[in-house]
Amino acid sequence: MFGTGGVFSPQGPIASQERDLIVTAVLLMLAVAIPLLAMLYTFAWKYRAGNPKADKTYDPERTRGVFRELIWWAIPAAVVAVIAVMNWQSTHALDPYKAIVSDNKPVTIQVVALEWKWLFIYPAQGIATVNFVEFPEATPVHFELTADAPMSSFWIPELGSQIYAMSTMQTQIDLMASSTGEYVGKDTEINGAGYAGMTFVAKSASQEDFDAWTASVKQSQNVLTMDAYNALMAPSQNNPQAFYSSFDKNLYGTILTRYMPPATSSDSMPANMEGMKM
Amino acid sequence: MAHFLFGNLTWGSLPHLWYTEGATASIALMGIAAAAALTYYKRWTWLWKEWLTSTDPKKIGVMYIVLASLMFFRGGLDAIMIWIQQAMSSGASHGYLDASHLQQIFTAHGDIMVFFATMGFLFGLINLIVPLQIGARDLAFPFLNSLGFWLYAAGAVFINLFFVVGGEFASAGWLSLPPLAELQYSPGTGVDYWIWSLQISGLGTLLGGLNFVVTILKMRVKGMTLMKMPLFTWTSLCSMVLVIASFPVLTATTLLLWLDRFFGMHFFTSGFGGNPMMYVNLIWMWGHPEVYILVIPSFGIFSEIVATFSGKRIYGYVSMVCAAISITLLSFLVWLHHFFTMGSGADVNAFFGIMTGIIAIPTGVQMFNWVMTMFRGRIRFTTPMHYFLGFVSLFTFGGMAGVLLSIPGADFELHNSLFLVAHFHTMIVSGGLFGIFAGIVYWFPKVTGFKLNERLGIRAFWLWLAGFFLSFTPLYILGFMGATRRLDHYAVTAGYQPYFIAAAIGICLIALGAITQLWQVVVSTKERKQNQDTTGDPWDGRTLEWSTHSPVPFYSFAVTPEVHSRDAFWETKIGRKELPPPGISLSRREAIPPSTKKYEDIEMSANTAMGIYLSAFVFLFGFAAVWHIIWLMLAGVIGAIACVIVRSFDEHTEYTLTAAEVEKIEMARKLP
Repeated sequence: MFGTGGVFSPQGPIASQERDLIVTAVLLMLAVAIPLLAMLYTFAWKYRAGNPKADKTYDPERTRGVFRELIWWAIPAAVVAVIAVMNWQSTHALDPYKAIVSDNKPVTIQVVALEWKWLFIYPAQGIATVNFVEFPEATPVHFELTADAPMSSFWIPELGSQIYAMSTMQTQIDLMASSTGEYVGKDTEINGAGYAGMTFVAKSASQEDFDAWTASVKQSQNVLTMDAYNALMAPSQNNPQAFYSSFDKNLYGTILTRYMPPATSSDSMPANMEGMKM
Repeated sequence: MAHFLFGNLTWGSLPHLWYTEGATASIALMGIAAAAALTYYKRWTWLWKEWLTSTDPKKIGVMYIVLASLMFFRGGLDAIMIWIQQAMSSGASHGYLDASHLQQIFTAHGDIMVFFATMGFLFGLINLIVPLQIGARDLAFPFLNSLGFWLYAAGAVFINLFFVVGGEFASAGWLSLPPLAELQYSPGTGVDYWIWSLQISGLGTLLGGLNFVVTILKMRVKGMTLMKMPLFTWTSLCSMVLVIASFPVLTATTLLLWLDRFFGMHFFTSGFGGNPMMYVNLIWMWGHPEVYILVIPSFGIFSEIVATFSGKRIYGYVSMVCAAISITLLSFLVWLHHFFTMGSGADVNAFFGIMTGIIAIPTGVQMFNWVMTMFRGRIRFTTPMHYFLGFVSLFTFGGMAGVLLSIPGADFELHNSLFLVAHFHTMIVSGGLFGIFAGIVYWFPKVTGFKLNERLGIRAFWLWLAGFFLSFTPLYILGFMGATRRLDHYAVTAGYQPYFIAAAIGICLIALGAITQLWQVVVSTKERKQNQDTTGDPWDGRTLEWSTHSPVPFYSFAVTPEVHSRDAFWETKIGRKELPPPGISLSRREAIPPSTKKYEDIEMSANTAMGIYLSAFVFLFGFAAVWHIIWLMLAGVIGAIACVIVRSFDEHTEYTLTAAEVEKIEMARKLP
């Protein structure tokens, strides 16, 4: 019914939990909604003007005391209470900043939203890519995100949660794919003319394939120097994929701090969105 | 020198694109046609004296609804253009709009529908009905009411002005989030037009809100305590309290954005210590209450309608009032649910998620109470009652979608998807527009003296309902498929196109529904002799507005009514103790005891054109602010202040309508 891909074909633990959460919440709410609508249509039919049976029961002054009215508060309140508990638990379980428990060591990938493409930097592997991201299956992927563009939101529906990428700030998200496959990633927040074309391929591969792929990117002629980055930064739509065998070591830090006031850029650190604590 | 005189205006600012030329031409043609008609029928003086300068809330209410209808037409055209583009633009085809143009259209669509269509309709209905429901002849501040309308009208012209001058509207979404809306990424005048159309109309909204709160609190007739007020008055009060509390936030936030853009400040810029997330917080602190401003009055309208057409007292009046007040208060504690995905911690997200879920409780209570009002009633399926049934059906599912989105874990997968778009359209169309449509049909005879054609009204309802299902069910599905909002193009492999085509067919049905509504008004006006409401109480109503004539005389009530209970008018019809036996005729008009009160002199507020002049100066200021014409900005401010001063020296703001004149008019009405 829901076409191909998307929220109802989860390919990782986060997306699976979120799918289950959506289904459970909908079923719970239907427990109130269906009786409500059943009452609505039944009463509408039964008490229609001109129905002789209803004429006898017509009671224009009918109303009930405060305690009887409390029933109608209690029913939605009960369901909302259950959903509130679910809400608290699932929000903590699915906190994007929470590490995914796994035997495999996480892979860290830094993501920069640009006008209008995604730059992926692999600090450990020493490579960088544009509009294509590959990672090993069944391995947590730790994304660190920022932007050198208007606010953008990073989303791979089959793998779960999205999170915003914003300039001068760093956000994080941990995702994992259960098996191999290729998924579409996208921006969900309007950020200018190239918004709709700001998609990327997220590929989950076996560890061997991932290692082989990393090695092959290492052979690439392209190097992401600061100059190359500045050229890449210029607005472009439907940008083709690109692969860089290495990148300027200061690149990510420079992007995070580039909007700091010049006078204080040496002594101020970017806001790390560590999650506001109440 | 040229820059001093004209600021950033150049010849290039004049229309040179197909849509700006087309719109300018159609605006000019409509203006010429209207002017010609007014001249031919010699109606200029009539228009000026009877309508434009009037301070009568009944006249102002009609003007709000007429202007809101025009803006609804404009916003509807935008909607059709968006759907057609999205149905076409897949794979090799890129549709007929480029990305930037589509982005301008959906930005305008959102702003026009929220600020100028829905808000305009609501202010119109509140103006028409609330004073009558509380037995007041006028508002607390009649001039402020006229000024509020004219500021709203100036804002409505302003949001269309870019067609004629500038050629570009904001393209950063209906809330113009920075840094996208900052000069760095949106260097044109579009965002400035956006800022000033909201500033100008928002000022009018705020003045209107203040006026209604004071009116409802201070101008009720003798005997009408707060807990005897009709529910539409209660929900209007809640909505207007929200206006007072939230609109200053919008004004301040957009003003800061303008300071960034005009003076190069850095409140919300990416660099130099600006904080775009601050804007997101502020705009939603206004934005979430705003949705309740749109929806709560409709709850009141439906409360009146379901009680009237079930022939029953509303079930759980106290619960209904408590529910409306709880929604009002809670609406200020949920703004963060619009950006769970911006990296707040789990505690913060869960808190705002749970607060949002809690709003479902009072909303659910209202639903159950409406349904219980129908229980053991005698239900007449008129057009407003159809809208009521459609509203409960749609709103229940829209509300479920809302509670789902209030769970951060689910929102992470649905935020900014078409699921969200489907959710809020379900809420605003059923909870806002359906209430407005029902209210317009319900109170139409009170305002005009004749009923609307029921057959066409019900047909229009079914077209709206079917069209809505066909357009928005695909959007829920597309959201689950991972389709994001605001797409100007998508890949064939995504598989979205069939759903977008279905949605585009749906919008055609909705358009047919809207045309049917227009046709309904035309046909009913032609047949007005047959549909005439001679009693003043065509629906067997319950509240005070039905106790006076239809159409309501300009002094509203010949003698001020007295109130002893809720459903004040219903009580006078049946007497307090005796219940009607089963099978009694619905028309109990004869039972009303003849009033023993004598006519007395009535203080009426006089016409004034000052609202028009003042708004014109504010409009000029906004225009000058968009184009950086400093002298004109100063002229606008000075002119506006001068208008206030001149008005404050005007001693002829009221006149007396003598008891003899009232009696003469009342006697003339009684003759067949």
